[in-house]
Amino acid sequence: MLGPGIAWYLGISAFLFGIGALGVLLRRNPLIVLLSLEIMLNGANLALIAFSRHAHNGAGQIFALAVMAVAASEVCVGLGLVVAINRRNLELDVDRLSELRG
Amino acid sequence: MGNVLVWIVWVGAASACLASGVAVVTFRNPFLSALALIGNLGSLAVLYLLLSAEFVAAAQVLVYAGAVMVMFLFVIAYIGPRQEAPWAGGPRWQSLAAVLAAAAIFVEIMVAIGLKAGGKLAHTDHVNATFGSPGWIGRLFLTDHLLAFEITSIVLLVAAVGGVILGSHTKRLEA
Repeated sequence: MLGPGIAWYLGISAFLFGIGALGVLLRRNPLIVLLSLEIMLNGANLALIAFSRHAHNGAGQIFALAVMAVAASEVCVGLGLVVAINRRNLELDVDRLSELRG
Repeated sequence: MGNVLVWIVWVGAASACLASGVAVVTFRNPFLSALALIGNLGSLAVLYLLLSAEFVAAAQVLVYAGAVMVMFLFVIAYIGPRQEAPWAGGPRWQSLAAVLAAAAIFVEIMVAIGLKAGGKLAHTDHVNATFGSPGWIGRLFLTDHLLAFEITSIVLLVAAVGGVILGSHTKRLEA
């Protein structure tokens, strides 16, 4: 294989997962939390595709595509929740939104 | 010569990927964060191409950087720009603990990679031309991974129904 080995790609993937986790833990805006979740999912996807290339096995790429579909569903429901919260004139802050009321 | 070229493309894509990842988390404006995420997804698609996963790279650009991010930008524009500092809103120890926890996750994964990389991961070889092509992926999806394919469609259907219910519920409350 030309260029860098698999370990380099795994390093990028680890950094992406770490920075995504930082965003999820640090930020209060639910939209930014969703964006950071996307970064974490993509870090995992990069590791899956790197291992798929390393092992000459298509299962990793199939799994990555399934992760993409799950991420799209998660964005659909998450953004639906954000719009619903906004319509009720509640504050968009994950610390304030700690109670479920019917 | 080809090797140097691949390294140059890799360094460019990887640094763009890391920089835009940091930008998503640290920008104050959610709109700029979403735009930075589009850059992140695009540079990841370049990395997928270098790993000879052509179909996944194309799907990444179409589905992620296209459809999903347009939905994000639309909702951010609908809600209106709200700026906040990345560390605003909580006590100081909470932000510090968040940074420490994220750094711990990163170090843990890097240690795990480092322990494994010494032996097996260094060795890679060539793949045939069909690896990662759309036809190859399609054949895998409809033979070995048919169950995963069908379950994915059910997940998407349930998410679509959930989105519709979330939207209509709030409308009924307002009326």
